[in-house]
Amino acid sequence: MLQNQICYRTLHLPESWTLKAYESAGGYQVWRKILREQTPPEQIIAELKLSSLRGRGGAGFPTGLKWSFINRAAPGQKYVVCNSDEGEPGTFKDRSILLYNPHQMIEGMAIAGYVMGATVGYNYIRGEFVQPGARADAALKEAYAAGLLGNNILNSGFDFNLYNTMGAGAYICGEETALMDSLEGKKGLPRFKPPFPAAHGVYGCPTTINNTETFASVPVILEKGGQWHLEHGKPNNGGFKIFSVSGHVNKPGNYEIPLGTPFMELLELAGGMRDGKKLKAVIPGGSSAPVLPASMMQDITMDYDCLAKAGTMLGSGAVIIMDESTCMVKVLARISEFYAEESCGQCTPCREGTGWMERMLHRILAGQGQISDLDKLDQVAANIMGRTICALGDAAAMPVRSFIKHFRSEFAAYIPNAG
Amino acid sequence: MIKIEIDGREVSAEPGSMLIQVADKVGIPIPRFCYHKKLSVAANCRMCLVQVEKAPKPLPACATPITEGMKVWTTSPQAVEAQRAVMEFLLINHPLDCPICDQGGECELQDVSMQYGNDISRYTEAKRVVEDHNLGPLIATDLTRCIQCTRCVRFGEEISGERELGAVGRGENLRIETFMHRHVNSEVSGNVIDLCPVGALTSKPFRFRARAWELTEHAMISPHDCVGSHLYLHVLRQKVMRVVPKDAEEINETWLSDRDRFSYQALTHEDRLHSPMLERQGIWGMASWIEALKYTIAGIKLVIDSYGADQVGVLASPNATSEELFLLQELMRGMGVTSIDHRLRQQDFSGDEHAPIFPSLGMEIKDFENIDALLLIGSNLHKEQPILGLKARKIALKGGTVSVINPAAFNFNFTLHAHEVVGNEFIATLAGVAKALIALTKAASFAEEIKLLAKVTPTVTQAQIAQALLDGKKRSIVLGQLALMHPQAEKISALGKLIAKLCAANFGVLSDGANAAGAWLAGCVPHRLPGGAPSAKPGKNVLQMLEKPLRCYILYGLELEFDSLLGSQALQSVKQADFVVAFSPFQSPSLLEVADLIIPIAPFAENSGSYINCEAKWQDIHAAIEPFGDSRPGWKILRVLGDLAQLQHFKYDNLDLISNKIHKFYADRKPINEFSYNAPAELNVTASSNLLCISPLSLYSVDSLTRRATALQNTHDAIKHPTVQMNSVTANSLQVKHGERAQIKSTAGISFLPVEINERVPDNCVLVYQALAQTLNIGLPYGAVEVGAC
Repeated sequence: MLQNQICYRTLHLPESWTLKAYESAGGYQVWRKILREQTPPEQIIAELKLSSLRGRGGAGFPTGLKWSFINRAAPGQKYVVCNSDEGEPGTFKDRSILLYNPHQMIEGMAIAGYVMGATVGYNYIRGEFVQPGARADAALKEAYAAGLLGNNILNSGFDFNLYNTMGAGAYICGEETALMDSLEGKKGLPRFKPPFPAAHGVYGCPTTINNTETFASVPVILEKGGQWHLEHGKPNNGGFKIFSVSGHVNKPGNYEIPLGTPFMELLELAGGMRDGKKLKAVIPGGSSAPVLPASMMQDITMDYDCLAKAGTMLGSGAVIIMDESTCMVKVLARISEFYAEESCGQCTPCREGTGWMERMLHRILAGQGQISDLDKLDQVAANIMGRTICALGDAAAMPVRSFIKHFRSEFAAYIPNAG
Repeated sequence: MIKIEIDGREVSAEPGSMLIQVADKVGIPIPRFCYHKKLSVAANCRMCLVQVEKAPKPLPACATPITEGMKVWTTSPQAVEAQRAVMEFLLINHPLDCPICDQGGECELQDVSMQYGNDISRYTEAKRVVEDHNLGPLIATDLTRCIQCTRCVRFGEEISGERELGAVGRGENLRIETFMHRHVNSEVSGNVIDLCPVGALTSKPFRFRARAWELTEHAMISPHDCVGSHLYLHVLRQKVMRVVPKDAEEINETWLSDRDRFSYQALTHEDRLHSPMLERQGIWGMASWIEALKYTIAGIKLVIDSYGADQVGVLASPNATSEELFLLQELMRGMGVTSIDHRLRQQDFSGDEHAPIFPSLGMEIKDFENIDALLLIGSNLHKEQPILGLKARKIALKGGTVSVINPAAFNFNFTLHAHEVVGNEFIATLAGVAKALIALTKAASFAEEIKLLAKVTPTVTQAQIAQALLDGKKRSIVLGQLALMHPQAEKISALGKLIAKLCAANFGVLSDGANAAGAWLAGCVPHRLPGGAPSAKPGKNVLQMLEKPLRCYILYGLELEFDSLLGSQALQSVKQADFVVAFSPFQSPSLLEVADLIIPIAPFAENSGSYINCEAKWQDIHAAIEPFGDSRPGWKILRVLGDLAQLQHFKYDNLDLISNKIHKFYADRKPINEFSYNAPAELNVTASSNLLCISPLSLYSVDSLTRRATALQNTHDAIKHPTVQMNSVTANSLQVKHGERAQIKSTAGISFLPVEINERVPDNCVLVYQALAQTLNIGLPYGAVEVGAC
């Protein structure tokens, strides 16, 4: 199986995060070529559409389509924003991109700026990413010094100024419109959509926002061609994707593999189950994705469509593996605590509902639960879903609903016997 | 217009409207908390979720724009299920303490929960408790009841321009707070009480005084400023318990200034007079009405017989109704008295001849926000006319330009296009703007003015102001209090009018009190009769009456030391008179000192009549409660006095007879925007080397009511005002220090005030608020003072 073809293609090099290492792997060649040949933006968008690259942040929106929303010729400032506020529990792929291959993300953003006619870009980095932030800063400095960013880049007449900005530790700022509020110096609160960022983004200007992995994928796709990307993977699920495997496996870590790889192969790559224990459950796309029991995992291939069919989602590609020793009540209580803590508090269902679910689960954990709490939990979660401004409400509700759906008997057994 | 269908009803509406607006228009109820027609859409409470055809999930009606052919169901199972779910969430952490909540009975949460809530909660966990904060003397908090709709936050951000309340914290801990636990000091802060859908923000003075359902509602007009906001008095057992705004889109929209909202407290102040008071051989006692009224007429007659009618001066408050002012002048003119005036805060009367029939804004208030180039001359607008301050902010937010020429750099809660800080040098600045306009427009038809301005060279800012005026499509020049009380007010006004002519702008003034227009129309000026006809025998104006003492004064509805620019000097003059009659709802130590007789008149709420506001709108008021004690409406008292003075044609048996008489002169006037002026003969720009005293009127000292409204007197605006403010350069040169007391010597006397360093005050000037008990000796505005350490 081909591994580390895209975002992690420099991993084998010493000091892979430096400009020197990146250029030795063919970095910035695409950027130079675009500037030299003044490639028509439509051609780049067509290549991305062909590649079937989908947003790697979690929502999976086709990138080529998103880039085509911005009218390049329209007057006024436009922005490109990179969402490096990687906060979904279980996800740690963007951190590694910033740490080991930050230049590729920079190149991807510069290309996006060229395509969209945006002369300014912001990379919004998660507040806790101290070291990755420092690497991203160093890379930015190198790129400016090499004349790959700035004004009139390589005498092309094109300007692209990129800035790194650090968040302050709020999970909600990973939501793209809350990120924009935060970027503008406000408290990060998701905005009501429409209008979408393509029309009304940073400072009210047209903005394209993508995930770090998405941007970092662009240079390689353009180098090797959309068709090449599409061919690795399944139709509509083209290319490679990083999976952050964590939990009860022998070799937790990031694995960049073709989409559509069977789950069992991924598990094998990750060294198999720790201590030879049996697989119990998998959360395949970050803590907000519905959990699947081991029985359903045998036939799963790791791609958007297969996971959606199974009632969950690929999300950010964070695969959380749980073995037979795991207490599902404790896991869910911990997940609910997280969402109650991180709800921005704007919308009623999420503000009140996340706290309610967390309190119920902790009560159950403490041995004060009742069987009727399980239906109540499910109903409260159902009442949050689809009724909030952003997806955090759904993110908090889906784990609750799926845990109760698939592990109801474990909860029912826990309640009378806890404490 | 596009067509949509709501609950099977076909409705057509403007494209771009939100669903909730369309439903509201046709009367289809959709529950809501965060949505408010005057605020931006937050879409955060989620109460207004409705079912929309083809939408996979319910959509918030407040944030869903309508599209052609859209089908909406507000009561379908999907919609109701969503609404009930949101209602449950809203109630789980709400304390449900309705029996002890002031909002009970008028609570939006209570109302909506009657329809969508369950009678038993499924929530069995502990409820959230939120710490309260002291927001100041006007707003009480019970933040545990807050449902985080953020209306109050958006009001500050969008309407008042003072971001005093904010939502801090995340998730369940999202709470409304002030920055660093400060007070809320906006002059329109009380509106958050109305905006709050629950009992989290309630009126502090009204707290626990009455239940909403016990109160009767009476429409009224605010008696404090020339806007004349519409409001409701809420009355319980002949007592005004609180004041709330009445929707008047064309005037105060849905807002009310704190001054209008909380001044009602004065109606029950301990100074209220129960009955007429008479000083007999140095001892004050109650008098019967007939005794008091006879004594009044006899006293005036005695002075007239002994010294002549020109020894009688009549000073009336511009807050009195047109009817009272009309009868007052008719009574006094009937007795031969001609010195009648209401212009207590004016010192330049040289323009009397050219004055319009009454002062006005020159436009309707509803059009004020549509101005796109405003030049404000001498006005700290939002502390002077709070409602117009909100509208001026709208001008700036819409992209219009607001330029200001002010004595000190007052703080505006929006971005000014240009801010000329002039001390008392209005003339030079206005001349510069006029000159710049002449240059820009190449106006040739103003030969006299061009000659007058020959030596003037506009500064960069003055040229900017001129350019901004020309760039606008709807322009207006507005003169405020600080210009009108200037010793050269007439020249300022003439230059303002010249500027207006040069750029084809509207010209208006913000007159003093609630009814200056009515006072002019009713003939309450020395040189004009009712309707504006010139008087054959013009009497003395306010300044002439007070600078040289007369033998007799009639004081109508005022406290001279506060209401006259002369302050304590005015009191000294009146003290020397032989006979002084005061008509007043209140007694005060100074009235007891100077008057021989105090006649208790009914203040607003207890009185009927009419006002004319600054847009020349005639507004009737009807008494909401009985007059306090044995006091009487002024018009009734004056009518009896007319009888006692044996004046003919004084048979006004009811208020309408008087109103009709004034209304004939009023004749449905529109705000006048035709103005004439006399070009000043010379500019007389002489830079003064004296230390000058800028003395704006303190927001909560404008009349005897606000001065007695206890809560308003405890606000930041009232408490911080008795100081002498100056910038640090001036303070250094005067050798005084911040916080220490300084001595201020003026022609009127000496005052001692703490020094406050305020860099907004220009060099060689001090700023002292007038009409405060501590500042009665500061002399006329813009007068020379000496300041030193003491």
